[in-house]
Amino acid sequence: MKGMTLIVKKTTQLIAGMILMYGIYVIIHGHLTPGGGFAGGVIVAGSFILVTLAYGGDFLKLVKEEAGTTIVESLATIMVILVATAGFLFGTQIFFNNFLPKGNVGELVSAGVLPLYNIFVGTEVASSIFIIFLSLIIFKEESPQ
Amino acid sequence: MNPLLPLFVVTPLAGAFLIMIIGRFIKEFNKYFASLILLFLACLSLYFLFITGENVSVYKVGGWEPIDKIPIGIYIVMDGFTAIVVCIINIVGFLSAFYSISYMKRYTAENYYYALFCLMIAGMNGVVISGDLFNIFVFLEISVISAYALVAFGVEKNELEASFKYQVLGGIASFLILFGIGFIYWKAKTLNIADIKEAFSTGYDRTYFLFVQILILSGFGLKAAIMPFHAWLPDAHSSAPSPISAMLSGVLIKAVGIYVIIRLFFNMFPISGGMSILITTLGTLSMVTGVFLAIGQWDIKRLLAYHSISQMGYVVLSVGIGMMIISKGGSKEIAALAITGGIFHLINHAAFKGLLFLNAGSIEYTIGTRDLKEMGGLAKSMPATSATSLIASLSISGIPPFNGFFSKLIIIIAAIMAHYYFLALLAVIVSIITLASFMKFQRYAFFNKKDDKNERRIKEVPFPMVFSMIIMSILCILLSLLVIPQIRDVVLSPAIDILMDPSKYTSIIIGQ
Amino acid sequence: MIAYIMCFILFLVGLYGVITRRNLVKIAVSLSIMEISTFLFFALIGYIDGGVAPIVDPADPVKTYVDPLPQALVLTAIVIGLATTAMLMAIIIRLYRKYGTFDIREIKNLRG
Repeated sequence: MKGMTLIVKKTTQLIAGMILMYGIYVIIHGHLTPGGGFAGGVIVAGSFILVTLAYGGDFLKLVKEEAGTTIVESLATIMVILVATAGFLFGTQIFFNNFLPKGNVGELVSAGVLPLYNIFVGTEVASSIFIIFLSLIIFKEESPQ
Repeated sequence: MNPLLPLFVVTPLAGAFLIMIIGRFIKEFNKYFASLILLFLACLSLYFLFITGENVSVYKVGGWEPIDKIPIGIYIVMDGFTAIVVCIINIVGFLSAFYSISYMKRYTAENYYYALFCLMIAGMNGVVISGDLFNIFVFLEISVISAYALVAFGVEKNELEASFKYQVLGGIASFLILFGIGFIYWKAKTLNIADIKEAFSTGYDRTYFLFVQILILSGFGLKAAIMPFHAWLPDAHSSAPSPISAMLSGVLIKAVGIYVIIRLFFNMFPISGGMSILITTLGTLSMVTGVFLAIGQWDIKRLLAYHSISQMGYVVLSVGIGMMIISKGGSKEIAALAITGGIFHLINHAAFKGLLFLNAGSIEYTIGTRDLKEMGGLAKSMPATSATSLIASLSISGIPPFNGFFSKLIIIIAAIMAHYYFLALLAVIVSIITLASFMKFQRYAFFNKKDDKNERRIKEVPFPMVFSMIIMSILCILLSLLVIPQIRDVVLSPAIDILMDPSKYTSIIIGQ
Repeated sequence: MIAYIMCFILFLVGLYGVITRRNLVKIAVSLSIMEISTFLFFALIGYIDGGVAPIVDPADPVKTYVDPLPQALVLTAIVIGLATTAMLMAIIIRLYRKYGTFDIREIKNLRG
């Protein structure tokens, strides 16, 4: 499989970056507008999947990418847990405590730790959805014994 | 408010993902790290069992204090009943993880195994300590999705088929539960269990309650494999790797099934006559049918899995008897006795069924088959396995002085005192058939013939497996001490109190 | 009221599919239909006539907002549903590799 036609490849080149940027926008504005970590993460993963599908090639060679994405996913989860545990250490001894200053409503840097959660959850969701895609496609391509 | 409470979820969750990262680079890290985490959790749960007692600790995640006594955050509740179930989960979990150190050498991808194991523990702990209905659902899904993956861990035909069956039925159960939660939220406009109790106590709409209760009961009943919903259990529990079978049978069906049913039907819904009769009937059905299906099995793990259905039937039956007595306004003491019997049997079942599955795993590990007809004469070559499995078999079939005897005795006495003579008779008969079935297991596996061909090759299993089995068998004997009133007052009575008096649960949680 | 009933009918359609279909992938799709009916139900119970999306506008804080909690629950449940579907699909691909068919009647090793 050599990927899709030239038209698809060119269009993908044009829009994949924009999709990625939009996903990041949704993630970092998660505490102000609808969306947030999960929705933005799905959009980011969508851009990766689009590139992988359009350029195709030998999917079995993607095993290295899969391993890397697994590590990113695990790291993102551990970061979420660390941010949550930081509530223990700063301020009152409460898990998931919002210990940072809250700021003004409506500004980009506000709402304490919420943007941090959104960023890590977004990374986590993007990488895990990409992993699901990669695992299924590698499963499918593996030659049956 | 105890700041250590969230550690029950955080530690295994962080451990799972640490194993996924560090286990990639350092070999042998995964197994010892997983055992270490589980050991820490087991110690923590024992600590909570001793400090909890009568005083319930409530923890508000994120520090969201209630406004006008309306809870707005997610609550974590540790009361007597929770402490018992958390203890079961983490102690059996530790022993299974330690057992896996040798057992899992045959499989590849051990990293994934230990990560999923920790995730499953995190999910079950979350279900048990949560005081919020939707949180229960989320953690339940975490634990059962890991269980689906672990059942299919062997990736052979049987494992995949069992996992598919489990997933389809488990999926239906999840959506029934979700629908039930939606209906509860529709009427009550809250998700906190204590607050829902408060909201329900104002009005009584019979049809609505019946519908919601049936949805919840069928959802969690499917997860707990009570009789009409039992089809997935023998396949799933017999196909998983043995330590996982011990976890699934010994812990998972209790933590995500029976525990939630007991908690919701005692502490959330108003107890009604119809539902209590339904629960008792389901319990009796699974108790009787499970044992009859078990007696014809020749695959050890399938036999044990069918016995799980039957033994869970005892628990559901005794809890149902307690509910019936309460709904009829009968004597509180007898109801308390019946529920004590049920919870005592729940604890005991975790010990002996976990041990039996570990024994089955040892047999499979050494001779490579699960068929009873191909075994025989193992008693001499595997003394530890033989002795521990004898203890477990005697416990499960209710022979004094092992723990199963006392819990069954309490259940039967409670049934007789409540004038349900027929149920008491059935419980005795099922116990006798269980004994017969386990005599068959003992005879064919350990005593029967001398298989001279394989005699020399068979050795006792490695140290971690023997260690886990011996600790479990010691637990089987020690747990019978729970009948002594002084010990029972410390461990069992707080759990019974909180279940018998729903207003106490509500007032503690709303009041703080 | 009609919307609630439609929602429940959708649930039953999914259940019917799970029970009667013979194809593994179709069973997975039926499970997804059940899942989506549940999400619709959650969205419905949070709906209030004339309500707007629950984002606080500093200029005009007193408005009728729809209930945000069911929306949060649906989002969580969608994530869970995603995990379940992915897991199911992985198992189906493996089963297809072993048996060479999607027909559930051919896959019956476990009996009794």
